[in-house]
Amino acid sequence: MNETRAVKWIGQSVERLEDPPLVTGRGRFAGDINFPNQLHMRIVRSNHAHGRILSIDTDAARKLPGVVAVWTSADIPEVPPIDFREGPIEKLAPYRQPVLATGMVRYVGDPVAAVFAEDAYVAEDAADLVTMEIQELPPLLSAKDAPAEFSPGRHTEADILRQGYGDIDAAFQKAHTIVELQLSVGRHSGVPLETRGAIGRYDAARDMLQLHGAAKVPHRNQELIARMLKRKLTSVNVFESHVGGGFGIRGELYPEDILVCVAAMRLGRPVKWIEDRREHLIAANHSRNQHHKVRAAVAADGEILAIDDLIFHDQGAYVRTHATRVAMMTCGVLPGPYRVPLAYRAVCHFRLTNKTPAATYRAPGRFETSFVRERLVDAIAHKLKLDPIEVRKRNAVTVAEMPFKRPLEALGEEIHFDSGDYHKLLDRMLKEVEWEKLNADLARRRANGEMVGVGFAMFVEKAGLGPKDGVNILVDSTGAIEVVTGGASLGQGFETVMAQVAAEMLGVDYQRVSVIHGQTDRISHGIGAHASRATVMTASATRVAALNLREKALAAAAELLQAPVSALDIVNGEVVRTDRAGGPSISLGQVAAAHGKLEAEGWHHAEHQVYPYGNHLAVVKVDPGTGGVTVERYVIAYDIGRAINPTLVKGQIAGGCAQGLGGALLEEFTYNDNGDPLSVTFADYLLPTVREVPDIEIILTEDAPSPLNPLGIKGAGESGINGVGAAIASAIDNAIGIPGAVTQLPVTPQRLKAIIDAKR
Amino acid sequence: MGERAAEGLVTGFVMTEKLAFTLNVNGRDFPVRVEPRRTLADTIREECKLTGTHLGCEHGVCGACTIIIDGEAVRSCLMFAVQAAGKRIRTVEGLANGNELHPLQRAFIAHHGLQCGFCTPGFLMLAVNTLEQQPDIGDEELLDVLASNLCRCTGYGNIVKAVKAARDEMRAGK
Ligand code: FES
Ligand code: FES
Repeated sequence: MNETRAVKWIGQSVERLEDPPLVTGRGRFAGDINFPNQLHMRIVRSNHAHGRILSIDTDAARKLPGVVAVWTSADIPEVPPIDFREGPIEKLAPYRQPVLATGMVRYVGDPVAAVFAEDAYVAEDAADLVTMEIQELPPLLSAKDAPAEFSPGRHTEADILRQGYGDIDAAFQKAHTIVELQLSVGRHSGVPLETRGAIGRYDAARDMLQLHGAAKVPHRNQELIARMLKRKLTSVNVFESHVGGGFGIRGELYPEDILVCVAAMRLGRPVKWIEDRREHLIAANHSRNQHHKVRAAVAADGEILAIDDLIFHDQGAYVRTHATRVAMMTCGVLPGPYRVPLAYRAVCHFRLTNKTPAATYRAPGRFETSFVRERLVDAIAHKLKLDPIEVRKRNAVTVAEMPFKRPLEALGEEIHFDSGDYHKLLDRMLKEVEWEKLNADLARRRANGEMVGVGFAMFVEKAGLGPKDGVNILVDSTGAIEVVTGGASLGQGFETVMAQVAAEMLGVDYQRVSVIHGQTDRISHGIGAHASRATVMTASATRVAALNLREKALAAAAELLQAPVSALDIVNGEVVRTDRAGGPSISLGQVAAAHGKLEAEGWHHAEHQVYPYGNHLAVVKVDPGTGGVTVERYVIAYDIGRAINPTLVKGQIAGGCAQGLGGALLEEFTYNDNGDPLSVTFADYLLPTVREVPDIEIILTEDAPSPLNPLGIKGAGESGINGVGAAIASAIDNAIGIPGAVTQLPVTPQRLKAIIDAKR
Repeated sequence: MGERAAEGLVTGFVMTEKLAFTLNVNGRDFPVRVEPRRTLADTIREECKLTGTHLGCEHGVCGACTIIIDGEAVRSCLMFAVQAAGKRIRTVEGLANGNELHPLQRAFIAHHGLQCGFCTPGFLMLAVNTLEQQPDIGDEELLDVLASNLCRCTGYGNIVKAVKAARDEMRAGK
């Protein structure tokens, strides 16, 4: 590109294109979508954690005026269990969730019957009239307990996953010191503020099945629905509208999505389902629930020679769309930024329990392993009487070692840190927070009787899973630009970011650009938005498409203006001559009109994921009387490679951090001994409010742009949450003066008070 | 097979008798006919077709359904529609003056106070009512008020900034 007078949009914190409808009440979330003549679905769920279904009585429900149908699994024998997103996996197939419970109920919340009625209130009344006789079986509630029978000849340990390298035994023999810990991460999840929703619609005249209310991975879900319902791919379309937060849980294919599709076809009317909050808390994916028995072989100077981790992963009642992804990721990413030169072994027991099925939640496998790894580093420092920061420095990969390969995998790819200067970012953060002074201040306050402390965590994230993504860009005769992507938006500002990239490449105002996502009828391929892929993959593809379009536009304009392409530029949507001021010009719209159409495609291919990195620092104050924790200060340093819109990046980081604070201090799905869930409202599942979240301080750097894409971008979706459990645990230890005190998340007031009282 | 047409059988325990009354929302009268048990939130969304008021929990904790009734911020999921008959109801759809956004709406955009936007109508109505009732509210008290609603995306910092900015602007504009 020549030197241009066009406005630079990349790197600018422009206002979001998404906002005007959302602040005026004109958003269109799943609950806002209605079709004429629609029915409402209500799910009847199991109240038993584990049992054999002896009978289900739907008679009374069917007789209620306004009820059109009541289904149990016997009514939909042709519908298979929910399949895995990445294709069939024979070994895990028996553990998939049936759309309606078949023979057995396996958790409280398991869908047993579906009621279809003229009105949502009537559907709910009718659901209350469905009764079932269940022969109760003892529930299995912990992955640490011995596996039990899942079905005849098959037990609840669905898989054992392994990753590693080197000779573990030899490495531990060589060790100066061995440090061993037992750590647990509680069951919590994304819990977006909008519950799930799905609207199925069938157009018999065109044999077209539609699912509205989709999210995250629309094209994958289109494919999965087609596969499950034995339909042609081209006879299924899914549509994303506004989405009230995703965080991993939303957009996976759930039983309810399939039910509205089947019902729409069979009953011949649109079918709408909106989840209530209790259902959400017991039926949408949970996450995180793991126990680690971890040990490290350490040299006298604090170098971590080897790590050996035994993991028990509590999968809940079924294996859902992600299969073993979270557990496998856990095994692969545990070493984080540290070298661990001699050996590494992770063995993960992937076990089913009688709790809500689990899958991904923002930074899956990373929130958990950062907690484990950083606890380990703190314990090593304590045992060897070394400064924990020095231990981190001793072990962190240096810039000279980049790119750094590790014979472990994440999402099926070998881990391959593309770029990064972990030491530089660490120093930058310590300097910015005035580390010495901060510690001295806290020591003084502790001497005055306050329980205050600081905690620290280092981590490496991953983003931008390939292999490829493609984007189409069109200009119409009015000069409006449409970027058609197969991406998805869960509220993160996807449209604005893509518009900024397209606008800069094209030389137009970003507000002239509209961005399409989540519409399978507009583009035949798409990666959606998960695993922080969107900015890296889709923005890179948008860049290529925009440059291709630019080239076409300039070539066409050169003809129309009788000028060489080299003398042309696009400034604010006008093709102008750069060699003389005030010469003739022509708008992109006019070029498009003259040309019939102006359209280009662009692809980005990625061989490897990119690895952004960062540090978290927390300052907490503990109330010894209640065990309550106040987070006084939270600082995140993060190298994003390149930020397209820094304000949006910081928004992602702050939002993720707040969620992390919830998972570290408040949020937990608990069960009683019968397997009854105890966290079924927002009064017992506690999300952080503004009172629990300090103003997050963010140090955003661009020291290590990724060499793997031309924009150098790395993605930000999961960096805010990654290290929170780790940093908070460390800060609490420091505050109460008991190294290694925190072994379990969340650190609820009851737990912390018990720790403090035990010491007294 | 489970399908059957509704035959209007009466089981006797469901209160389905509908009541007719008028809801005044954003200065406009909406005659509605709903069962007494129908919540105000559902009625505003489904009968008045104003879907800007959102439902995040339906049990009074999240505040996504916050609207203003006769100068008070209330959770519309906890009220029956019939209880609001004859009252002055304001929802997010009534905030802007034609194309001109309310200072709070502008502030939420300018300070990136929303991501998914699902909690936004509730926060806007809560904040609008607070700033109308207490234009001089202090920062600490403001935090107490805002702590009554939940947001899962933003981490709250930008929401607080937006509301403070709007407070200062509205105060200066007086
Ligand atoms: S929906 Fe009314 S408070 Fe949550
Ligand atoms: S912006 Fe998503 S819940 Fe607040």
